[in-house]
Amino acid sequence: MSNIIIWTIAVVTVLGLLLALVLYLVAQKFKVEEDPRIDEVEKAMPGANCGGCGFAGCRAFAEAAVKAPNLDNNYCPVGGNDTMAKVAAILGYEVKEKAPQVAVVRCNGTCAARPKVNDWGGTASCAVKAQLYAGDTGCAWGCLGCGDCVNACQFGALSMDPETGLPVVDQEKCTACGACVKACPKKIIELRPKGPRGMRMFVSCVNKDKGPVAKKACSNACIGCGICAKTCTHDAIVVEGNIAYIDASKCKLCRECEAMCPTGAIHGINFPKPLDKEAIKERIKIRNQKAKEAAANE
Amino acid sequence: MSKRTFSIGGVHPHEGKISRGCPITPLPLAPTVYISVAQHIGAPSVPCVAVGDKVKVGQVVAEPGGFVSAFIHSSVSGTVKSIGPRADLAGRMVTHIEIAVEGDEWADGIDTTDTLVTAIPQDNKAIIEKIRLGGVVGLGGATFPTHVKLSPPPGSKCERVIINGCECEPYLTSDFRTLLEKGEQVVVGAAILRQVMGNVPCTIAIEENKPEAIAHIKEVIAKLGYEGIEVMTMKMRYPQGGEKQLIDAVMHRQVGSGALPISVGAVVQNVATALAVYDAVQKNKPIVDNSVTVTGECFPNQANLLVRVGTPLRYILDYLGGIPSDAVKVISGGPMMGRAVSNLDAATVKGTGALLMLTEAQTRRGEESNCIRCGRCADACPMGLEPFLLQKLSRNADVEALEANAAHDCIECGCCLYSCPANIPLLDWVRLGKGMAMGAIRARAAAAKAAAEAAKAAPVIPSEAKESKKN
Repeated sequence: MSNIIIWTIAVVTVLGLLLALVLYLVAQKFKVEEDPRIDEVEKAMPGANCGGCGFAGCRAFAEAAVKAPNLDNNYCPVGGNDTMAKVAAILGYEVKEKAPQVAVVRCNGTCAARPKVNDWGGTASCAVKAQLYAGDTGCAWGCLGCGDCVNACQFGALSMDPETGLPVVDQEKCTACGACVKACPKKIIELRPKGPRGMRMFVSCVNKDKGPVAKKACSNACIGCGICAKTCTHDAIVVEGNIAYIDASKCKLCRECEAMCPTGAIHGINFPKPLDKEAIKERIKIRNQKAKEAAANE
Repeated sequence: MSKRTFSIGGVHPHEGKISRGCPITPLPLAPTVYISVAQHIGAPSVPCVAVGDKVKVGQVVAEPGGFVSAFIHSSVSGTVKSIGPRADLAGRMVTHIEIAVEGDEWADGIDTTDTLVTAIPQDNKAIIEKIRLGGVVGLGGATFPTHVKLSPPPGSKCERVIINGCECEPYLTSDFRTLLEKGEQVVVGAAILRQVMGNVPCTIAIEENKPEAIAHIKEVIAKLGYEGIEVMTMKMRYPQGGEKQLIDAVMHRQVGSGALPISVGAVVQNVATALAVYDAVQKNKPIVDNSVTVTGECFPNQANLLVRVGTPLRYILDYLGGIPSDAVKVISGGPMMGRAVSNLDAATVKGTGALLMLTEAQTRRGEESNCIRCGRCADACPMGLEPFLLQKLSRNADVEALEANAAHDCIECGCCLYSCPANIPLLDWVRLGKGMAMGAIRARAAAAKAAAEAAKAAPVIPSEAKESKKN
C-alpha cells in the first residue's frame, strides 16, 4: 500500500520537475523583450482605461508614449498636467501644459422652452431615436434627452435633470475624456477650457435653422441674429450658419454678449456675481456713443 | 403548381386588410401642396422653378441632383409660393416647393384619358428615357429611381422580371386595388419592363389572400394575348414582398450579401411602379399622384385614395372625417415596416403608400426582459441573421463584429422584433448596428476611391507608394 503512495509521489514530482524545465526553456526561447518604462508609465496613469487619450486603455497609451519621439500627440485628459509631468519625467521628455477642459452641453432647450410635439414611445436611446427621426420637439438639432451621454460617462459626471430634460455636467467629476462627446448623436457636447476659477462663456445651442424656425421650436434657441458678434470687442464670436460660436481662447469673460443676447442662448457660468444686464447694457451704450462722437470728430 | 414562398425565416402577422373593399377614389385637391425635393433614394433633386412661377400639373419643378436621383413634377397647377426648408414626415428639415393650387390644368403632351394604349414603342432607350423623365421611382417602399434599376451594369444579364404584387404588409390594400382596377395598365407596364430587359419572361407574383386579383390579372393577360407573362400564386408569408425574398420564392435563387438582384438575373418592380411605367411611357404622365390606403381598426372611414404628391397628411385625414380620438399613432406605411409620423403637417411623397392609425393598446410595447436564448428571432429572420447577437454588438458599438455578422444585410422587416417573447426592441438596435456597419463599409470605399484617385493624379515613387498603402 505504502509503495503505491511513494511511487505516485515520486512519479508526479519527477513529471512536475520535467514539465517545469520544459516550460522554463520555452519561456526563455520565446521571451518578449519589453521596455521596462512601459510598466512605469502605466503605473503613473490614472488607470481609468476610459480611452479619452485616443488609445484603448492606459496600457496602450503607455506603449504609444514610450515609442513616440515626443509627447505632443499623447495627452491623458483624465490625469491632466500632473500625470503628464510624471510620464515626462519617466521618459525624459518635455511636456506642454494644457489648459484643463470640461464637457459643456450646448443645448438649453428645456421642457418649458421647447415644447414636445410628439411622443417617443420607443427604445430609450438617443442613437436609436436620432436614426429614426428628428426628435420629439420642433428642434431637429437639440438634445434628445434619452441620456446616452450619461450612460457613456465612466466617472459619474453626467446626470439628467428631470425638470429640464437636459444632461447636467458635474465639473468636479468631469475628466474631459470625451466619451460623452462621442456618444451624443446630435453632437451637442463639446470639450471647452475650464477657464479661470471655472468661469466660462458658451453658446448653449446648436440649432442651424433660420431665426424664425429656430425660435418657433425653442424660445431659448440661438437665432443667429449676430448681436453678440457685434457687441464683442475681443473678436471672439463668429456667427456662421445661423449659429453663434464663442472662441474660448479669445474670450475675455466680459459677459457683454450674455447681457445682449435676446433669447438667453449665451451662458456664463461660475461667475461670482449674478449678471447685471442693465449695467452692462448701459456700459455698452456709453461706449457706442463715445465711438460715434469720435467718428464724428474725425 | 404548389404555392411558393421564400425558404428561410418569415412570420405571418395579423392581416388586417379591412380596406380591401374600398375602391380607389381621387382625393379632392388640397388648397396648397408641399413638394419635397428628396422623394427618392440618392441625391436630392434641385428645384428649377422660382417663387411666383405658374406651374401646370406634370411640369418639372426639380431636376435630378446626380446619377441616382429623379425628376420631380408639380402635382397640381398653380403658383409657386415659396421654396425652403419644411419638416418632412420624420420632422427633418428638407427643401419643399410650396404651390398654391389654382384649377387643375395639365401640362401639354400628357394623355389624361382612360384609353388603354397597348402598342409599346420599339426603342428601349427611348422607353428608359421616358421613365427617367417621368420621375418614376420604385413605389414598393425603397423609392429607388427606376431608370437606374433598368440600366443594369455591363456584364450582367436579366433573366426574369418579377412584378411584386404580394403586398404582404398587413393593412395595406392599395396594390390590391390597383391590380383590380388598373389590371390592364399594370400588365402593359409589365410588358414594357419585360421588353426593356430583353424580352425575358415576366412573373406577376400575388399572394393567395387576393384571389380576385389573381383571377382578374389572369383574365387580362389572356384578353391582351401577352406571351411570356404569367401569374404566380404565392403562399402568404411576411416579408414575401422583400426583393431578395421574392426572388428566392419565384426563382429559387439567393442574392448574395451586398449583391444586387441583377447578379442572379432578376429585376423586381412593384405593381404601383409598373403602373407608373405604363403612365410615363404610354401616356407621357409623370408621377403626380399615387394610391394611399388610409386605414386602422379605430378609423371608421377606411379608404383607398388617389392622392396628389405633396398633399399634407392633415388634409387627407380631415377629408375622411378626422383622426379618431382613440388613435395615438399615425404610421406612414404598414405596421411592420412603416414609420410613425412625427408631424401631421408634413406632406406625402411618391413613396407614401398608406396611413395607418393605431390605438394605445395596439402600439403599447411590452416591458423588455432578458434574452432567454430561445432563438425565435434567428428563426424568423428572412436574411439568415442572428438578431439577438447583432443587438448586443450594436449596444456595444462593435462595428467590426457587426460587419463580420452581416448587420448590413438587415432589411429592417421587423420579424425579429415581432417574434421576440422577451419584448427586446431588436429591430431598433439592429437597425442602428446596420447603420454603423454600412458607415464603415462606405468610409472604406470612399477612402479606397480617394487613394485610387490620388495615385492616378500623381504617380508616386515605389517607396512612397508602400508608405501610403500602410496608412
